[in-house]
Amino acid sequence: MTKIVISMTRIKILNLGLCLLLALGYVSCRPGKSSQRIVVAGSTSIQPFADKWAELFMEKRPETVVDVQGGGSSAGIQAVQTGAADIGMSSRALTEDEKELFEIEVARDGLAIIIHPENQLDNLQLDQVRSIFSGEITTWEILNGKAKNITVVVREEGSGTRAAFQELVMGRLRISKRAIVQDSNGTVREIVSRDPNAIGFISLGLVNKSVKTLSLDGIYPTEESIQNETYRLVRPFLFLTRAAPSGLVKEFIDFILSEEIQQLIKKEGLIPIKKNPGPRDDQDRTE
Amino acid sequence: MTKIERNERLIRLCLLVVAFSAISVLAVITIFIFEQGTPIMFKYGFKNFLLGQDWYPSEKSFGLFPMIVGSLMVTLGALIIGVPLGLASAIFLTEFSNRRLARILKPFIELLAGIPSVVYGFIGLMFLIPFIRENLGGPGLSVLASSIILGVMILPTVTSIAIDSIRAVPDSFREGSIALGATKWQTVKMVILPAARSGIVAGVVLGMGRAIGETMAVIMVAGNAAAIPDSILAPVRTLTSNIALEMAYASGEHRQALFATGVILFVIIMILNTIANLTSARQKKR
Amino acid sequence: MRIKPRIEQKIAQSVLMFFTFIAVLVLVFILAVILKNGLPQLSLEFLSRNPADMGREGGILSTIVATIYLTIIALLVATPLGVGTAIYLTEYTVENRITRIIRFGAECLAGIPSIIFGLFGFILFVNRLKFGWSILSGGLTLAFMVLPTIIRTSEEAIKAVPASYRLVSFSLGSTRWQTVTKVVLPSAIPGIITGIILSIGRSIGETAAVIFTAGSALRMPTSLFSSSRSMAVHFYILAREGISMSKAYGTAAVLVIAILIVNLITYYLMERYIKHRS
Repeated sequence: MTKIVISMTRIKILNLGLCLLLALGYVSCRPGKSSQRIVVAGSTSIQPFADKWAELFMEKRPETVVDVQGGGSSAGIQAVQTGAADIGMSSRALTEDEKELFEIEVARDGLAIIIHPENQLDNLQLDQVRSIFSGEITTWEILNGKAKNITVVVREEGSGTRAAFQELVMGRLRISKRAIVQDSNGTVREIVSRDPNAIGFISLGLVNKSVKTLSLDGIYPTEESIQNETYRLVRPFLFLTRAAPSGLVKEFIDFILSEEIQQLIKKEGLIPIKKNPGPRDDQDRTE
Repeated sequence: MTKIERNERLIRLCLLVVAFSAISVLAVITIFIFEQGTPIMFKYGFKNFLLGQDWYPSEKSFGLFPMIVGSLMVTLGALIIGVPLGLASAIFLTEFSNRRLARILKPFIELLAGIPSVVYGFIGLMFLIPFIRENLGGPGLSVLASSIILGVMILPTVTSIAIDSIRAVPDSFREGSIALGATKWQTVKMVILPAARSGIVAGVVLGMGRAIGETMAVIMVAGNAAAIPDSILAPVRTLTSNIALEMAYASGEHRQALFATGVILFVIIMILNTIANLTSARQKKR
Repeated sequence: MRIKPRIEQKIAQSVLMFFTFIAVLVLVFILAVILKNGLPQLSLEFLSRNPADMGREGGILSTIVATIYLTIIALLVATPLGVGTAIYLTEYTVENRITRIIRFGAECLAGIPSIIFGLFGFILFVNRLKFGWSILSGGLTLAFMVLPTIIRTSEEAIKAVPASYRLVSFSLGSTRWQTVTKVVLPSAIPGIITGIILSIGRSIGETAAVIFTAGSALRMPTSLFSSSRSMAVHFYILAREGISMSKAYGTAAVLVIAILIVNLITYYLMERYIKHRS
């Protein structure tokens, strides 16, 4: 019986502890009185940047919460259409039936073709890239003389980066199904950085020293070559809203378009938008 | 009816309702997954889903055959690696090692059953993948890598269940066999393993369920190419990784096709569960 | 040619020993790598600061808090349901068709892969019930996932309470419910707690079910409805995307240590429980 009594007291203590923990949690986590919240969802290519912008915005406006979610471009578009998100992020151009959304280009991104840093290759022609990713060219031999199999690394179906690559490079041709598939830019970069025979494509903003960027038809992706579109693999980073942005949403977007953040965008490898900061006005909308 | 009786009835009723929670959760999960996943299978035909070779959801091509084969290959590989190691450890620790070693190692192995699968995947990514790439060729991310990682992952499960069922064999069996002049190994081979068989099988089936259901660790090391691997050094995609890789981005029919993947996975797991339940029921009878 | 039993015995024994050695070696290696690379990262700062710059800087506080919240919600929901089910199965009914169906349901639920729970939680909680990616959605999904564990361990624990306890209680005029709450449950508590702790371990380490229901927003959860990244998800993202290997190892070490502690407590309780019983 003593054993039972002991275990009962123990449970009481446990209970007490649990209650205390919950109470503490409640007190420490009670949202501030005037807290406002925006939900941003969509492209995982934009997400890491948006995370940072949100972080900075919340520093300036401590009473607000900006909730950044991934989900991919299509999910982001859907989320803003249904109202699940205040802002949708898309890293691909909108299709005709999505055009009723209000779009603001916040930055531009190039798609970089990346290889292992020890690979001697520097340049590829667009049709060579196409042949590699469609599985037509399978070894490095005709490219850099090494008789090694190419490890092709691509993004998964549904990702905005893959869709952009499909549209800009592959056209109607299928990406080889033998290609290794990863579900984020970071993972593609990690794999390419570790495998001397790998080739992949990622958002230019996420290229770092662990991989080597190829030039395409002799043109290297730079701010200039992307702004004047001589580098051919370019896509917009769009923020989408259901109606013309207002209130906190507008403040957040204005904040991103501000000189300060556009500079930061540049520092992080994205290409700032060229024209004068400020949301596109109504004439851009089809209706 | 007294108040106490009424209360008791009420309590019994409440508990009955609560007791149906598990089965209702199972029912709700089944309904949701099938509701989301089967319409598209009807629309494009079961045959195309089950036997189609091409997975290009953006072109409305939803062949899951490579993933079904991939799941089976990887699970088989995991069993080839995990079962002999696990079973050998169990036999060694129960029948051949001294008691002190067994007392230390058994809890140690069991503790490892709790290590998150992502940790196993991470170790694979850091050590196994480069090793395979540099020494055996291919991209490293492969059937082989996934099999090894899954095999190691199910090792603690297989071992601890095997230990329990070997220990459950009455000592009189051993004594009888030894008295007849059998060596220890002969005793193990001819008496103990047959006696513990259904327990061991249940453990193996459980391990198999874990292997076929594992997602994150596999995504990390499998390479996820949606094609039937032509060698064990080629990348592979399983049903689970098909879902997890693409779920976050998918919409419309693509998403439904991922739920269809879930349906197929669900059916495979249910078949395994039933087998496991039957074997453990048989053991209980004995 | 027949091998002599003696020699066969020797060979078998060495092979078994070798296999055991390999198995243990692999497991020790995994543990050693994580702890060796992870422990140096651990500091009060690592545990008490929020991640910054996508986890490249700072600590993992918000992910620890998110993990704790997820686990608490899961247990608050699963424990009453699980223990209630166990009480019904053991105390309020006899083996019949209904109990068999209930047990079958629990067994099947236990075998469902976590990714299916993730899909389900995503459709039901995130979409249909509009909880969004949130601690609540994640916690409820985990609750369903650990429910079978709690049912099974509680049932075993309650079954192990000697029938004489109940007889004494009944003979003193107690009702069934009084007997359950005053006599049976208190002595079954260590077993029930074992199940709860096992569930804590599973909740802490789960990735697939959580990432689709609780989301992966990297910030401190402020309410049931905020999306948050759990420790395991954070580790998964850090490791895969190569954001910071040192932080990944640090997070892995915290994860592994937490799970080892949880499992050690379980083990201790079970040992004590078994001793107490026999």
